[in-house]
Amino acid sequence: MAGRGDLVKKGMKDGIPIALGYLAVSFSFGILAVKAGLTAPQAVLMSALNVTSAGQFASLSVIAASGSYLELILSQLIINLRYSLMSFSLSQKIDQKAPFVHRFIAAFGNTDEIFALSSAYPGPTPPWYIYGMMLSAIPGWVAGTALGALAGSVLPLRVLSALGVALYAMFCAIIVPPARENRTLLWLIVISMAASLLFSLLPPLREISSGTRVILLTLGISALAAVLRPVKEDEDAG
Amino acid sequence: MRGNVYLYIILMAFVTYLIRMLPLTLIRRKIRSRFLQSFLYYVPYVTLSVMTFPAILNATMSPWSGAAGFVTALFLSYKGKSMIFVSLMACAAVFLLELVIA
Repeated sequence: MAGRGDLVKKGMKDGIPIALGYLAVSFSFGILAVKAGLTAPQAVLMSALNVTSAGQFASLSVIAASGSYLELILSQLIINLRYSLMSFSLSQKIDQKAPFVHRFIAAFGNTDEIFALSSAYPGPTPPWYIYGMMLSAIPGWVAGTALGALAGSVLPLRVLSALGVALYAMFCAIIVPPARENRTLLWLIVISMAASLLFSLLPPLREISSGTRVILLTLGISALAAVLRPVKEDEDAG
Repeated sequence: MRGNVYLYIILMAFVTYLIRMLPLTLIRRKIRSRFLQSFLYYVPYVTLSVMTFPAILNATMSPWSGAAGFVTALFLSYKGKSMIFVSLMACAAVFLLELVIA
């Protein structure tokens, strides 16, 4: 059995690619946060406390529009609901012999990418390995946010414009690869984007705020897909 | 902005942490409901799709460069490239197209 130090070291090493990916994406998040009216310290605080790309990104539109606290809570709940599935899964995978308190700490770092590597760990996942990944990935996320928020204003407009797509491109990199071998997912993505386009164009629907649009479409389309195409009992839902 | 930014940040951090913490601490056996399992499985795909499109078209100086970044990201993702590579190449596509058209 590997010692704590070795597990943390291994986690930190495996977490380096995650940190690099986060750096690029959180850089554009920092830029967007300042554009939405946050100060650099506020953007950094948000990144340090949340560590969630899609959720933080969605919160900006709510905050910029002075949305209600309820709208913010609901949008976070629905956008980050996927983490509950990952936590369900991790609850089975995390080392059962480790003290219970570790679950409260590991939960904070259960991002899409850390979850993916935790799941790939051979055998029960030791909490110390997860902490190692958190020690690489979270500083990357926070540092990128700070750089984006501070340097965003001194970068040329063309570079800013180009970085505007970084976050969306990352989302594509998350949803597209599993859709290659799964026609249901492929159609789900096409239908979701088409519905989103309709909601942004049609006169009565386009009045709905973008945060609420995400909630409504996610609930509706996911529920429909769950009824029409339920996943198999032991299909890997990660 | 009307609301208190710090309150927004604390609230969302609290909600997000609860979402991550509760299942990990409360649930120890496998979820049984096939509907719930399926629903949770599909949620990220729908959410990220809805958030990406058409918003990506308004993320840059011109809808055309946004579209170029989008197509690049879709293509490279489909090719199974890493997240950081997809992200950087999409940015590069936007940058290059805007050199030409803007």
